[in-house]
Amino acid sequence: MSKRRVAIVGAGMTKFVRRAQETGKELAFQASKMALDSCELTLDDIGAVCLGTAPDAFDGVHMKAEYLSDGAGALGKPYMRSYVGGGTGVFAVIQGWYHVASGLFDTCLVVCEEKMSSCQPHPQGAFLTIFDHTTERALGPNLLWIFALEMNAYMTRYGLDKRDIALVSVKNKRNAADHPCALLGDPNITVEDVLNSEVLAWPVQRLDVSPISDGAVAIVLAADHVARRVTDKPVWIEGVGWSLDTAYWTNRDLSYPTYVEEAARMAYKMAGITEPRKQIHIAEPYDPFDYKELHHLEGLLLADKGEAPRLTADGVTQRTGDLPVCPSGGLLGVGNPIAAAGLMKVAEIFWQLRGEAGARQVPGNPKRGVAQAWGDLMQVGTVVVLGV
Amino acid sequence: MIEQVAIIGVGYSGYRSLTPDLSYKEMMFEAAVRAYQEAGIDPRADVDGFVTVAEDYNEGTSIFDEYVPDQLGGVLKPVHTIGGDGIHGLIAAYMQILTGAMDIVVVEGHSKASNILTKPEIMAFAMDPVFNRPLAAHPYFIAGMEMQRYLFETGTTPLQCAQVVVKNKANALQNPIAAHPANISPEEVLFSAPVAEPLTQLEIAPHADGAIVMVLASEKTARALSDAPIWIRGVGWCNDTFWLESRSWSEAWYARLAGQMAYRMAGLRSPRYDLDLAEVDDTFAYKELQHMEALGLCQPGEAGILTEEGATEITGDLPINPSGGSLGCGHLLDASGLARVLEVVWQLRGQAGPRQVEDAELALAFGWRGLPTTSGAAIVLSN
Repeated sequence: MSKRRVAIVGAGMTKFVRRAQETGKELAFQASKMALDSCELTLDDIGAVCLGTAPDAFDGVHMKAEYLSDGAGALGKPYMRSYVGGGTGVFAVIQGWYHVASGLFDTCLVVCEEKMSSCQPHPQGAFLTIFDHTTERALGPNLLWIFALEMNAYMTRYGLDKRDIALVSVKNKRNAADHPCALLGDPNITVEDVLNSEVLAWPVQRLDVSPISDGAVAIVLAADHVARRVTDKPVWIEGVGWSLDTAYWTNRDLSYPTYVEEAARMAYKMAGITEPRKQIHIAEPYDPFDYKELHHLEGLLLADKGEAPRLTADGVTQRTGDLPVCPSGGLLGVGNPIAAAGLMKVAEIFWQLRGEAGARQVPGNPKRGVAQAWGDLMQVGTVVVLGV
Repeated sequence: MIEQVAIIGVGYSGYRSLTPDLSYKEMMFEAAVRAYQEAGIDPRADVDGFVTVAEDYNEGTSIFDEYVPDQLGGVLKPVHTIGGDGIHGLIAAYMQILTGAMDIVVVEGHSKASNILTKPEIMAFAMDPVFNRPLAAHPYFIAGMEMQRYLFETGTTPLQCAQVVVKNKANALQNPIAAHPANISPEEVLFSAPVAEPLTQLEIAPHADGAIVMVLASEKTARALSDAPIWIRGVGWCNDTFWLESRSWSEAWYARLAGQMAYRMAGLRSPRYDLDLAEVDDTFAYKELQHMEALGLCQPGEAGILTEEGATEITGDLPINPSGGSLGCGHLLDASGLARVLEVVWQLRGQAGPRQVEDAELALAFGWRGLPTTSGAAIVLSN
């Protein structure tokens, strides 16, 4: 529906690690440099820079975008930071898309960085301040608690067993063993390992969760005429969608992510997708927790409500299955530097559609993929559809 | 060829130095209702997207965008937050409409500065944590140093800076929503408490609470819905270096580049003669002068003289901040840029009452993100 076609022409990614030696600026620089080098462009060719990063409290820096600006290559350029919590990584692409699709810029560098390990003693402390100051914060809630509520609601609604959900963690951590930037890849992990891991907030156990991580990812966007000049393998942004639900999450049905469905419908409409299950060949839904991959597959209309666990058990979501899901290894396997993890998903679809995913490459020359992220108080969905 | 986009409705709440009776949510709601009424739209049915500008530390809430949709009528709609000045938010909405994927987009900015108990400490948290924060200096020292260098290089005098305060606070007397209007003399400004030499207390814009909402629409929709759409002719924004150690201390380079981009889009060759008025950031009195020069409204060193001669008064050749600016209206944190745009919209519609600039047809608004940043955004509007 947009008047101007926008393509991804380059991508770069740092290793995701628990405690990076680099500062956030350096991580952003490394990813940006790799992305530019990958398409043989320099900062002089870049019209605008978009940055995605989650709460300022991780770094303890007010106006974090300003602080990261030089690392992101934004000196003397139009520069803008968006944030929608965990949804930021995919939203940053949407922001870059409207920079180029509007006609204002021919190229845009999109950078997502997260340095969570500098938050001492633990980033959970920063998350305590995301709750409503009057109604919720006084209770001292922890993020894991509300995700436990949601996971429980999902399991109860559809009569699921923990084993049904643990399969996601196993699949993704095994997939990540093939990812050179992964923090948590493990080719030998089993369902029993997940079920026997420490209980954090029932039913959430340690291996159901992607822990904190540091890292950065960058991509280069270009308008049609530039993209064709820069590369013979542009990957087009065919549709984008985003949706934010109410802040009063206590009033919602936690077993289904309506906000993801809204975002997906917007992106599918723009991409001209009428039957997502047939027209999408590969998916990277957001999986900071294993049940979220299932949740999001349903929200993305790639599975009926309550059916995603069965697809997983049947192997449909394996790399060799009908619908490969998180072939990268996802957040559970590659790691979860929040905003960077979302952009990692977009970069993965980019590499998969170009056939450049190496050992992670899904068979059958996929032509269209979807990446999605989620965040805030379980209320935001961001979706990008890519195609070749 | 860039399509036209217009502002078709504006609403505000405040500005006040204290707002114990309203939460930020209520202020946002009040501003949104006004803007929707003016534009004649129903947010649930007609609006395609929402943009808010906010910074977590100002809000006291991490991931503040969580708390945006309910008061604006944006639940389960495309809503996102920009960490920027209000004009950055306007530009984001503008670009979304230009893509053709959206028709009506709403922008929101707000300040609940009176809730913040530790403003200097928060500002200090924006300094480089390794190189600058350990100095444990109040960030106003940056403004003091910059003002010193600006005065030295341009020959501008402290008195001329003080006259900016006198002008803006006097303009604010004509503005019913201004929070800090006053009838004061240059001497009172010059001899107010020194903060970071040569910067004095009255040269710093005091904070205010307030919320501003604007409705943007594509050309076709704007013409259908509004009798007086205010057209966006050009936008520009730019980021200079974060490093205190390597920036220009006399010139606002970010403002120059942002202005050039906006003028190029708007097709302006000589902004000084083309523009009928400008609302520019005046977080500190010298900033108004420095920004005027960087934005090409006069030569370097000329802004102080123009102010002295009265050219920047409402009745002058080049009216600057007829609203009273941040010095007179109050600084609205991330919404300050939107406050500048709000005045421009009223001026271009001929709704500015006693502070109306005659025959206003083309105007500029410029916002800066405040200490210690070097990011600015400009927008050129016409009626």
